[in-house]
Amino acid sequence: MADVTQLIHDYLRHNKKFPHVFCAGCGHGIVLGSLIRSVHALGLPKDDVVLVAGIGCSGRMAVYVDFNTVHTTHGRALTFATGIKMANPKLKVICVMGDGDAMSIGGNHLIHAARRNIGVTALILNNQIYGMTGGQCSSATPQGDISMTTPFGSLEKAFDIVDMCMAAGASYVARGTSFHAIQLDRLISSAIMHPGFSVVEVFSPCPTQYGRKNKFRNAVDMYKWLKSNTVKVETLKEPDQKPADGRIPIGVFRDVEEPGLEERYFELQRKLMGQNR
Amino acid sequence: MSKKQKGQTRVCVYPDWCKGCGLCVAFCPAKVLVLNAFGKAEVAHEDECINCGFCELHCPDFAIAIKPRTRNGAGQPDPRSGWSDPESEHGRASPPEPTPEPNPNPEE
Amino acid sequence: MAVQRKKRKRRELFALGNEAVAEGALLAGCSFYAGYPITPSTEIMEVMANRLPLIEDGVFIQMEDEIASMGATIGASLAGRKAMTATSGPGFALMQEHIGYACMVEAPLVVVNVMRGGPSTGLPTSPAQADVQMARWGTHGDHPIIVLSASNVQECLEMTVTAFNFAEKYRTPVILLLDEVTAHTREKITVPDPDEVEILSRVTPTVPPEWFKPYADTARGVPAMAPIGSGYRTHVTGLTHDVMGYPTQRPDEVKDAMLRLFRKIDQYYGDIQMADEYMLDDADVAVVAYGSVARSAYLAVEQARERGAKAGLLTLKTLFPFPRPAVEKLTHRCHTVVVPEMNMGQMSREVKRVNNGRTKVRTINRVDGQIITPSEILKAIL
Repeated sequence: MADVTQLIHDYLRHNKKFPHVFCAGCGHGIVLGSLIRSVHALGLPKDDVVLVAGIGCSGRMAVYVDFNTVHTTHGRALTFATGIKMANPKLKVICVMGDGDAMSIGGNHLIHAARRNIGVTALILNNQIYGMTGGQCSSATPQGDISMTTPFGSLEKAFDIVDMCMAAGASYVARGTSFHAIQLDRLISSAIMHPGFSVVEVFSPCPTQYGRKNKFRNAVDMYKWLKSNTVKVETLKEPDQKPADGRIPIGVFRDVEEPGLEERYFELQRKLMGQNR
Repeated sequence: MSKKQKGQTRVCVYPDWCKGCGLCVAFCPAKVLVLNAFGKAEVAHEDECINCGFCELHCPDFAIAIKPRTRNGAGQPDPRSGWSDPESEHGRASPPEPTPEPNPNPEE
Repeated sequence: MAVQRKKRKRRELFALGNEAVAEGALLAGCSFYAGYPITPSTEIMEVMANRLPLIEDGVFIQMEDEIASMGATIGASLAGRKAMTATSGPGFALMQEHIGYACMVEAPLVVVNVMRGGPSTGLPTSPAQADVQMARWGTHGDHPIIVLSASNVQECLEMTVTAFNFAEKYRTPVILLLDEVTAHTREKITVPDPDEVEILSRVTPTVPPEWFKPYADTARGVPAMAPIGSGYRTHVTGLTHDVMGYPTQRPDEVKDAMLRLFRKIDQYYGDIQMADEYMLDDADVAVVAYGSVARSAYLAVEQARERGAKAGLLTLKTLFPFPRPAVEKLTHRCHTVVVPEMNMGQMSREVKRVNNGRTKVRTINRVDGQIITPSEILKAIL
């Protein structure tokens, strides 16, 4: 396992202040590490990688890593990513969003990005809470859970990001957790290389804002919960069904090779320009 | 993951980057690490390390590095950390001059 | 736009104002359009949908809403494209957050807003000029912005080219305000040969990547811009940032960044502010108008002159930064300034502010979705 950390350090911006802004035990740092390892393993030059982030804890990730980085507005990261990808299809555009970012304020953009199959990778860091604003209920907060805005328990059902992206037509959908880092490396690598729209949902614990209010004593408890409450989707007898014991299936849910919007667009353009000549 | 043999590795924690979340301590299968009085991870039983790499992959703060115990190449102590190789003949190896970064603000 | 009188490959078109905007954009080198249909601006989008796929690297994309359109436009601008989007009132309201973002990250782009009656859904097919102050102050936070307008179809084309030039030159979003009448009037226009039009493009870095400061102050106040993917790996953020583009809260750095944003527009005020004078040399009564109302005012001034009244017309082409010197000159010379507009007094407020009580300011306001007729203006002149 030599040099994993050294490798990550090589991709960080050396003129930024470390340690980073995330709380102790926050899974976002692990995801950032996984993302860097994936990009490195794929041999992508730093210049060709664009990291587009939204607002919130996950949004702060962009500033630390030495790619082309864009820190956009709340929920709209995918719209910027769409513009960048269409303007320069050679770039590998990776969109980092939180659950509030991707599913609440930016839900519309997520389903449309999936529908049009734009060649962007959406990395959705699901910590089940609005962390940066101080722990308010998000659309991914499980029903019954406590947050600052649901002090008596949330009455609403949580979004299942994987189900929704599958329904919206994304051609690569996967779910990982920041506990399963090696699997996450694999998921992110294949998502980046996938031609169309790819979604990787990552369960990334928030010990500070979510854990403390929901009977997790510390960060370690949350990772232990992830360890015992997830199940590899390939080991399920019925992968289409949710496990009856309530465990969260992780792994690749869909991987279909479909050309991305930008490929189809420039294909059409070549055809049209050929006719005009 | 390389072969799980004990005593092949150096475990190095950068205390300034460690936030003391305790993930490495809780999940280390060989109980190499402990939280010290400052609440930061510390190497206690380095010889027990089986080089599984869990702590390195899961440190959210990129504060743990596992290196093979060799004198050359990757085993060199990292000059950026306060870590030194106790078995080195010269004590703390003289750090190579880091390449000077261009000063982004020459006025400062 | 310097139009030389040489025989070149000019094209004559019988075009809508909206179509002229699209022609102007293509002439200026626009290669990216993201939009969402909305009356009465949709024709701009339709022309772009037909034309952009036929030109090298031209990208047209229909987004899911105006927020997304503006996001994609900024994204394309950051990736080095000349990008545009067009919309009308309700869509323009949705775009405001991203217009602020574009101001902050200094993304050059053009937003066309074809004004229709409001508020809310209002009068979708009727003209108004009620988004003037929203164009200036719509987004949150203190920021400078350039707002242009056009009063006839030829001007739609020319002002679109100017809008792109300003955007590229000053690294700022530029808003082009049309009203429904201008946008839906069909007139003969001349599309100039691309060689005879001055087209500006953003300044790109002239130093190696390690030495590049993406938001450095320069004499012009406008930093060089490295497109994403060009080897200059920068951080772009809507947070207030230092010269390296990284978020900062240090008061000195914040102050420098904010003041430079203003300075880069303020110090080129003379270049940006544009107004056409007509018969103003000896005028006692001046009409200050913009958009389609300027055409009614033109006829009213002619009729007033026929009746012996010394009337003149100032057509504002730049709305913001407000062309203060041009208006100030009038207030020193004329005894009355007439400001007709299709709102309850959004620009007359600016005129009154500049006038500072020197002369009489007469306003003509209509908010019933009808144009202001020459006879209404004539009545106010006489």
